[in-house]
Amino acid sequence: MSAAKWRKAMNPGALAAQGAGAPILARLDRRFAGAAASPATVARESSPTLDSAALLRHGLLLAALIVFPFVATPFITFQIGGQCLTLGLIALSLTFLAGYGGMISLAQMTVAGIAGYTVAILGVSGTAEISLNWPSWLVVPCALLIATVCATLIGWLSVRTEGIYTIMITLAIGVAFYYLVLQNYSVFNGFQGLQKVYPPEVFGINWRDPLPFYFLALTCAAAGYAWVRYLVRTPFGIALQGIRDNPRRMHALGFNVVAHRVAAYAAAGFIAAVGGVLFVWYNALITPGSVGTSWLINLLIIAVLGGLRHPVGPFLGALVFVLLQTFAIDLIDRERFNLVIGGVFLAIVLFSPDGLLGLWAKLRARMTTRAAGVGRSTISTQRP
Amino acid sequence: MSKRASVAGWVLLALLLVALSVWGIADNARLFLVTVLNGLTLASLYFIVASGFTLVFGLMRNVNLAHGSLYLLGGYIGYVVAEATGWWVLALAAGFLGAAVVGLLLQVVILRHMQGQELRQTLVTIGIAIVIADILLWIFTGEVHQMEAPSWLKGPLRGIPIINAYSQYRMSLLVLGVVIGVALWLFLNRTRVGMMIRAGVDDRAMLAAAGVNVNLVFAVTFAIGAGLAGLGGVIGAVELSMVPGEDTRLLLASLIVVIVGGMGSVVGAAIGAAILGLAETFGLAYAPTYSVVFTFVILVVVLAFRPRGILGRA
Repeated sequence: MSAAKWRKAMNPGALAAQGAGAPILARLDRRFAGAAASPATVARESSPTLDSAALLRHGLLLAALIVFPFVATPFITFQIGGQCLTLGLIALSLTFLAGYGGMISLAQMTVAGIAGYTVAILGVSGTAEISLNWPSWLVVPCALLIATVCATLIGWLSVRTEGIYTIMITLAIGVAFYYLVLQNYSVFNGFQGLQKVYPPEVFGINWRDPLPFYFLALTCAAAGYAWVRYLVRTPFGIALQGIRDNPRRMHALGFNVVAHRVAAYAAAGFIAAVGGVLFVWYNALITPGSVGTSWLINLLIIAVLGGLRHPVGPFLGALVFVLLQTFAIDLIDRERFNLVIGGVFLAIVLFSPDGLLGLWAKLRARMTTRAAGVGRSTISTQRP
Repeated sequence: MSKRASVAGWVLLALLLVALSVWGIADNARLFLVTVLNGLTLASLYFIVASGFTLVFGLMRNVNLAHGSLYLLGGYIGYVVAEATGWWVLALAAGFLGAAVVGLLLQVVILRHMQGQELRQTLVTIGIAIVIADILLWIFTGEVHQMEAPSWLKGPLRGIPIINAYSQYRMSLLVLGVVIGVALWLFLNRTRVGMMIRAGVDDRAMLAAAGVNVNLVFAVTFAIGAGLAGLGGVIGAVELSMVPGEDTRLLLASLIVVIVGGMGSVVGAAIGAAILGLAETFGLAYAPTYSVVFTFVILVVVLAFRPRGILGRA
């Protein structure tokens, strides 16, 4: 499927699709045609600094996130806050790939799982005959490296095909990895997985206590968020978005489409790997269940629920997901959680393909038009 | 790749396979032949399920990720009918019809309204797969349901050279797979609706312009595709068993079969199913812990050399 169609598929509103895609290509065309765009416009368009309103928003959000654990109970800090940031970080890798690269990969949880399994196998776990007990300063970089390399390989394999095929191939890869860890006992310890995988004690702090873990996850999540925000404004990120919108045109402009896509998989893989290490520490174990189909799909649900248009989407989606997971069981039977999450996902895909962010943008656009007649362009609310 | 190099590659592959088979027969002829038969019977189940998947994909460019759920649904419906009436053939028909009706509703009520938005359709089918799986879990619980083979197919088939006896049911499955394959081929190549479907696969817009009611063709195709999944479910309920999670397994099998065979091609689905079925059973017989890796290696090799599948069009 061509990327233009993909845009249309994700956004029947069409307005934003045209608006979002066009400037980037126009900009690239201009740049490569050597036409003299006024330097001021170029500088404003590609400036990586945030305007003051956005800076204020980010500052307020960060302040709220820092204050949050001091007012919430330890249970909420760890179970809701920590889990939400960790899952959001893994889902962020999918948002980056899907929202900016136009490639929906279902194997991001697999990448996170590879990082988690590497931590458990190379480091310390409850299964002494498998774990190698390497020191943790070596284990974590190794895990990130191995997972990123695997993500690059997955990317290299799946960018050979396009659009809708990507979903099928990454799903096949993800499920194949699930069956591998499920059936293999010599390395992955089969069904039971590896238990008692704790984060190392650094500075005498137990990093699995609610407060330290929350801030660890918050730091990683904020770094991931900032990195994605930065990345999509670099020449690489701009080119990637151009490829999303029209790969043929970008190819004609002299860009190596395959290399950009594989690089996007690598970058996303690194984010997922960091999230995967955090996730294994959060759960203190890794089992085949955590890389099974339901988790592959859950990650997609989180990303789509929040919205693929902005890197804050996955965290929003993760918040809704974790809240549902934690509190929906009070309203209905615990066993029926999948029905609830499936229904919510279905409703979002059917009625608001841009997720909660899209819903918010629509609401805001309606309010501004009501307040100021014509109002400001809706595009500015939809793009980061 | 040049033509000569590709021919050399195929010859090399064939030689390797022949060498491995010779070794297998010399080592333990009975095990080898039983594994071949097991592989082919599994392949015929995969073919029945995946042919529906590839048919729907070829015509509508719609990756129906609820296909595995339709398989499981058909299996459970067949189970209930067989329990109530005791007729296996009736169960087969009920499984086909039940899944076909659900598939038809899916197409008419939801997917039709997002024609051309492939990704959104796929996401919707994911949501539906989750919901169906959970409802089935609710009704039938997580217990293993096993259906009995009909009495006239029970017991072994005796008197076969070397392997002596082989399950009659499994043998009949092989026949059924061939029958369905031939029926599908006749339907697609000899009937008017089949011609419309093939024309739609090649050029949807032109078919509509020729005055054919494309929506009707879509609905029929989707119903047949879903029905084949349901039919596979009833067959699989005897050969394998029904537990939550089987839907994913068959979905994965269908995905790999159509990726390897080529999307939208029924013959490709047959080739892909044969490869996957044989690879899985040989993996299980000769290297149990790594059987999934075989499947994966096949996927990687095919994608590396033929990104559109063995019979896929570039």
